[in-house]
Amino acid sequence: MNTSPSQLIFEQSVPGRRGCTLPKLTPAEAACALRIPNKYLATKPPELPEVSELDVVRHFTNLSRKNFSVDTHFYPLGSCTMKYNPKICEKIAALDGFAGLHPLLPQLRGGGMLTQGALEVLYETERLLAEICGMDAMSLQPMAGAHGELTGIMLIAAYHRDRGNRKTKVIVPDSSHGTNPASAALAGYEVVTVPSGPDGCMDMAAFEAALDDQVAAIMMTCPNTLGLFERQIHRIAELAHAKDALLYYDGANLNALLGQCHPGDLGFDVVHINLHKTFATPHGGGGPGAGPVGVKAALIPFLPISVVVKRDDGTYALEYTREKSIGYIAPFYGNFGVILKAYAYLLLLGRDGLQAVSENAVLAANYIKEKLKPHFDLPFDHTCMHECVFDAGRQAARGVHAIDIAKALIDRGFHPPTVYFPLVVHEAIMIEPTETESKEDLDRFIAAMIEIVEQAKANPAAFAALPVTMPVTRLDETKAEKNMKFRV
Amino acid sequence: MPFIPHTDAERAAMLSAVGARKISDLFADIPPAFRLQALRMPEGLSEIEVYERLHRLSHRNAHELTCFLGGGFYDHFIPAAVDALASRGEFYTAYTPYQPEASQGTLQAVFEYQSAICRLTRMEVANASLYDGGTALFEAAMMAVRATGRNRIVLDSGVSPIYRVMLRSYTRNLHVEFEEVDVAHGQSNRARLQAAITDQTAAVIVQNPNFFGAVDDFTDIAARAHSRGCLVIASVYPVSLGLLKAPGDMDVDIVAGEGQSLGLPLSFGGPYLGFLATRLALVRKMPGRLVGETVDRQGRRGYVLTLQAREQHIRREKATSNICSNEALCALRAVIYLSLLGKQGLHDLAQLCATKAEYAKQRLSAVPGVCVKRSAPTFNEFTLELPIDASEVVARLVDKGIAAGFPLGRYYKGMENYLLVAVTEKRTRAEIGHLAEALESVL
Repeated sequence: MNTSPSQLIFEQSVPGRRGCTLPKLTPAEAACALRIPNKYLATKPPELPEVSELDVVRHFTNLSRKNFSVDTHFYPLGSCTMKYNPKICEKIAALDGFAGLHPLLPQLRGGGMLTQGALEVLYETERLLAEICGMDAMSLQPMAGAHGELTGIMLIAAYHRDRGNRKTKVIVPDSSHGTNPASAALAGYEVVTVPSGPDGCMDMAAFEAALDDQVAAIMMTCPNTLGLFERQIHRIAELAHAKDALLYYDGANLNALLGQCHPGDLGFDVVHINLHKTFATPHGGGGPGAGPVGVKAALIPFLPISVVVKRDDGTYALEYTREKSIGYIAPFYGNFGVILKAYAYLLLLGRDGLQAVSENAVLAANYIKEKLKPHFDLPFDHTCMHECVFDAGRQAARGVHAIDIAKALIDRGFHPPTVYFPLVVHEAIMIEPTETESKEDLDRFIAAMIEIVEQAKANPAAFAALPVTMPVTRLDETKAEKNMKFRV
Repeated sequence: MPFIPHTDAERAAMLSAVGARKISDLFADIPPAFRLQALRMPEGLSEIEVYERLHRLSHRNAHELTCFLGGGFYDHFIPAAVDALASRGEFYTAYTPYQPEASQGTLQAVFEYQSAICRLTRMEVANASLYDGGTALFEAAMMAVRATGRNRIVLDSGVSPIYRVMLRSYTRNLHVEFEEVDVAHGQSNRARLQAAITDQTAAVIVQNPNFFGAVDDFTDIAARAHSRGCLVIASVYPVSLGLLKAPGDMDVDIVAGEGQSLGLPLSFGGPYLGFLATRLALVRKMPGRLVGETVDRQGRRGYVLTLQAREQHIRREKATSNICSNEALCALRAVIYLSLLGKQGLHDLAQLCATKAEYAKQRLSAVPGVCVKRSAPTFNEFTLELPIDASEVVARLVDKGIAAGFPLGRYYKGMENYLLVAVTEKRTRAEIGHLAEALESVL
């Protein structure tokens, strides 16, 4: 960890310093005068940094050393599936034949004959993901999980419109990700929130009361954000379908179910998955991700364009004419570079590897749950799936809150779990270890958590000053809101 | 199994700690009727096999064609330092910086990215990134709808046709109406644009340079819009801002755009980078993450995610957008790229592209039967009129090793004989000459 203060790159500017070289114009080119009238031109160049290449390299290298990351630290951030990102996938995505491919090339000859390799990647990835989800077709276009949600709800809206249904509402459980209600609202729906029951699963009585003819869809995460399998899911699907409402699968937690069951068999009609969670593509400090959507047959006509198809002669093509399609939701074919990494991961793991992922992820989460159970409140004491959610209520009563425990973990070299989510657990600590962390690392984490609990009893006042090993101590968020300094 | 470290002995120890006999017991909540035996897909492959297979597939793509394709997505050179820095695991294997003390690297880099975008566009605040230029334009349109309480949008047809169809897809279930104003001779139709803006208009959306490559100054449109309480949204090509008048200097209210040209590979359409910048007065209507400067307990400067009350994880269905994951690593590439190019470098680059494009115009218009549309000044992309169907011509030029440009008939009826040609700093005089000769030989 680099704890030295860092100037901004702009503050390192020295007038006249350069960080790049550009080719010279040939005399013939230079003889061509620019024909842009002055009124269209800037009066001076934008105030970008004036620094050398080494200045830039040293600056960003030093900044990188102020981050926790999967490559450097255990990162059990619940609901985010921070598993190891294989290096071979990065190498493949950087191959010239993929990275250097212009997205308009398919339009230059025979509906994709210039990009057969890339189209095969898309087609095969769709097929593999459709099998994993138990869906009839996929679209790889959504560029993140929430974008997949929005696309999925737009598909559902198109389905209802096509059937002449007048539906105005979408149901979400109170334990859902914030993106679910936000996506439903952005697709024009009113959001109805249904509470969780005492077992951590959706309250069935409340659900049935909310389920009327106006409901277009129910958005469920399974396992849910408490790490619990929704035990009534098939019943929920039956009730929904009886009202011609569709069941939407938020695939944020698909890591738990890989090869164990098909979400499609559970009754889900539309799914989105997160390639940057379940399929090991890196999170990039917040993105890019990819959020493919999968659908059952009845929704295929509505999928976004373009659609990748395989011709009878074994070649691949893009189809642009789909009368009932929701239209274009991405400029081209989605985050191709991310899809490519996920495809490589799927090929590496294969069917047994994927099943081993869910088995080992669930085992690791249960192991942590059992080991920490004596030390923290466990609001829903049941076999968990890929993550477990504790409540730091006991510690909070002594003045040590979930956020303080998080900061204490940072000082011990662990990225903290997700805290204060799901909202239904007051002092939530949501731990997702993933399948790629060794038992030694799990044990070290467990030991650190127990040590923190002991310290919370002995000296709760000490926590307010944590963390102390980072480049900065706790930051004043209120001041940031008030100052509104978003740039230099 | 790949990437799973546990030995059988470790698994047995963990199972025993959990109190389960076998791993399948942990999945007992899944009703037996739905339990799978095995996925219907192949066994896993070794790293060598996967690399060989995908390496072979990568060669079944025509990436080696000399690229004159643009249309909003450009074949610019990427300095080696961009890849070297952005491929540091500390950056690319981190998550959204929810724990600021352990994420100052990402947070400061995003703050610098926001600053660079503001300086480039001459706006007051930029967010931490959106998915791409098209979704950024949609988010900008929704900002304007929220800010004005109106739902009519005037859309210049010089805006990328890809983005115009995306805007229509996204607003299908919302109460937003578009009025499209056709360009005249490749440039925005002033009289019709002015007339379309009324007291009911939430925003007018324009693009600079427009899809045909024409550059413009929208100051007059902004004046008209503001006199009617309407906002102006401009989609811009960031590299052009090394030379062209910035949207902030045209009184534009919201700037959206595609950042691919700032150090991102073309990568067959993504991941790309949507940028969004606006005036401070509109910041609370803005979607997406925003990094702000603050201090720690010792008064040291630091950075945090801020104004989060706009966002889905706090406001749920009342949020300004549903966006969560964005394109942070692409934004990092952009700020590294802009730092390397620097103040003079970006200007020189823009000048280089524009001059080469002028040379290409001169060279190509000398080909018999080929005519350069001269009605408007252009930056690095321009429209050629050919004597025959442009899709026919580009197909023939592929055999000569050239991706000659984009046939406009694909998006604009009646423009079948028009070709959109882009020139970047990577195109040499020899390549431009080759294009001219090849074009002459196929006509």
